[in-house]
Amino acid sequence: MKQLDLRRFPGFFAITLLCVVVLYAPLLVVSVYSFNASTSITSWGGASLAWYVDVFTGPESPKFQRAAMNSLIIAVLAGICATLIATSAAVAMHRAGRFRGKTATFALINLPLMVPEVVTAVASLIFFTAIGFSGGIGTILLAHITFCIPFAYLPIAARMQSVPDSYEQAAMDLYATPWEAFRLILLPLMMPGIFSGFLLAFIISLDDFLITNFVKGAGVETLPTAIFGAVKQGIKPNIMAISTLMLAVSVVFVTLSWLIGRSGQAKKTE
Amino acid sequence: MAAMAPGGASSSEIYKGHAKRLLLPTWLVIGVFLLVPVALMATYSVLTKEFRGGVIWEFSLAAYDQFFLDRGLFGDEPPRIEWTYLTIFWRSIWQAGLATLLCLLIGFPTAWFIATRDARMRTVWLLIVTVPYWVNLLIRTVSMKFLIRDEGPLNAVLLWSGLIDQPLGLINTNLAVQLGLFYSYLPFMVLPIYAAVERYDFALSEAAADLYAGRWTTLRLVILPVVRPGLIAGCILVFVPSLGAFLAPDLLGGAKSFMIGSLIEEQFKGAAGNWPFGAAAAMILMSIVMVVLLVYARAQTREATA
Repeated sequence: MKQLDLRRFPGFFAITLLCVVVLYAPLLVVSVYSFNASTSITSWGGASLAWYVDVFTGPESPKFQRAAMNSLIIAVLAGICATLIATSAAVAMHRAGRFRGKTATFALINLPLMVPEVVTAVASLIFFTAIGFSGGIGTILLAHITFCIPFAYLPIAARMQSVPDSYEQAAMDLYATPWEAFRLILLPLMMPGIFSGFLLAFIISLDDFLITNFVKGAGVETLPTAIFGAVKQGIKPNIMAISTLMLAVSVVFVTLSWLIGRSGQAKKTE
Repeated sequence: MAAMAPGGASSSEIYKGHAKRLLLPTWLVIGVFLLVPVALMATYSVLTKEFRGGVIWEFSLAAYDQFFLDRGLFGDEPPRIEWTYLTIFWRSIWQAGLATLLCLLIGFPTAWFIATRDARMRTVWLLIVTVPYWVNLLIRTVSMKFLIRDEGPLNAVLLWSGLIDQPLGLINTNLAVQLGLFYSYLPFMVLPIYAAVERYDFALSEAAADLYAGRWTTLRLVILPVVRPGLIAGCILVFVPSLGAFLAPDLLGGAKSFMIGSLIEEQFKGAAGNWPFGAAAAMILMSIVMVVLLVYARAQTREATA
């Protein structure tokens, strides 16, 4: 009797391929055209690195370099702050037993995920204007820390749940203070989770356009807001080169976090 | 998102008594920079508008009135329903709904296919599907615009192959926005469904086959009901951001594909400059999203207790 393969559905593989084509076609096309020698974005004039040279030395390069620097500074600082806050919250949520307001706190941590981005953007703009903060790196940073907290929290809390508390229990039986148990036992065990939390927060901060655009004020640009401003006047080849560079950075980051995640898992099964 | 319930399995008490101190930074940051701003936004929606942006601190329902009611050019006619903004909201809802449906139709088979590979291929496929999610959304939307422009590569290939004899004219249409939304949020659909399928017990399929159920009957009566939580989570993760999306309608759409996100943005950054109205529109958007999330949360608790 011919065995019916219960896992196979005809057509599902084709749909998966379609899914991959849809996801990659736009990115691939832009990457290919970023190596175009022609100044027109429509016709192909042979392969060249001209637009990459333009990104670093061309007339618009100071603007984009300043924007990239701002993006990087904000993403690193927002990533660090969000990771510290999220780690502290994860310890309270998973290692401090029951306490009043736990459910409400859980909702609060996830609130930035539930409020639509454009609403957060509007609310932040109104708030910063009302308290007299003029836009700049500071306001962008505060807004980014806030919406990065749940993203940092997710992998950190997941990791904390998978680390049994018996190690800390043993340390405290040997007269370690809670702080010592945390610093010498829990923190090292948590490191893969904390690192993926930071990476996630970093990428989310780097990715943000809408909220940044609302709170940035005049004159300050991050890479996405600078690119958006440029694209409004038409897609130019240097934008495609910048896009391809950002694409490459993203791919490196995902691979990195994937490898770290895998090494964490490998250790667990040993 | 909802995978980790508070309390839950790990209710370790190692640092008991320190919860308040540990949570202080979270409460402060999210409280001051999100809760207070949203409350302030709610307040602004019932204040009087200042003409060059900003507000006058005087109570007024003018923003909501403008949203829902048409009182004629001089404001002295009997109020009728104002369709301008309701149309924009309605368009956003069906665009987001359609994007969710498309993502579901493509996302489920993809997630199923990936989850039924062997362990090594599974991680490879998973990586392939997640990489685009990590690429900047603005870059992805710009790339889509580049691809589907009238002079773009998509039309060039189709013209060259003789399938069409003039450009499709996709750009600046609802269809282009739809394509952008679908493309932006597809990974959000695949991942939660994948997680659900991965936990699926194939003994259920075997039992169904033993009882003479065909492949598609098993899918409809056994598999889909079992992985439903994953399907619903995926739908929410696609629908909510699509509803308030700004980049896809702004870059790919035109005047006739205007969505909520752009309407709100225009009140603050654009020419309109009506802060109370923008705040009111944002409040209405947030209410819709909160209703969707509440229905979801209630369905989940009902399922957990049943």
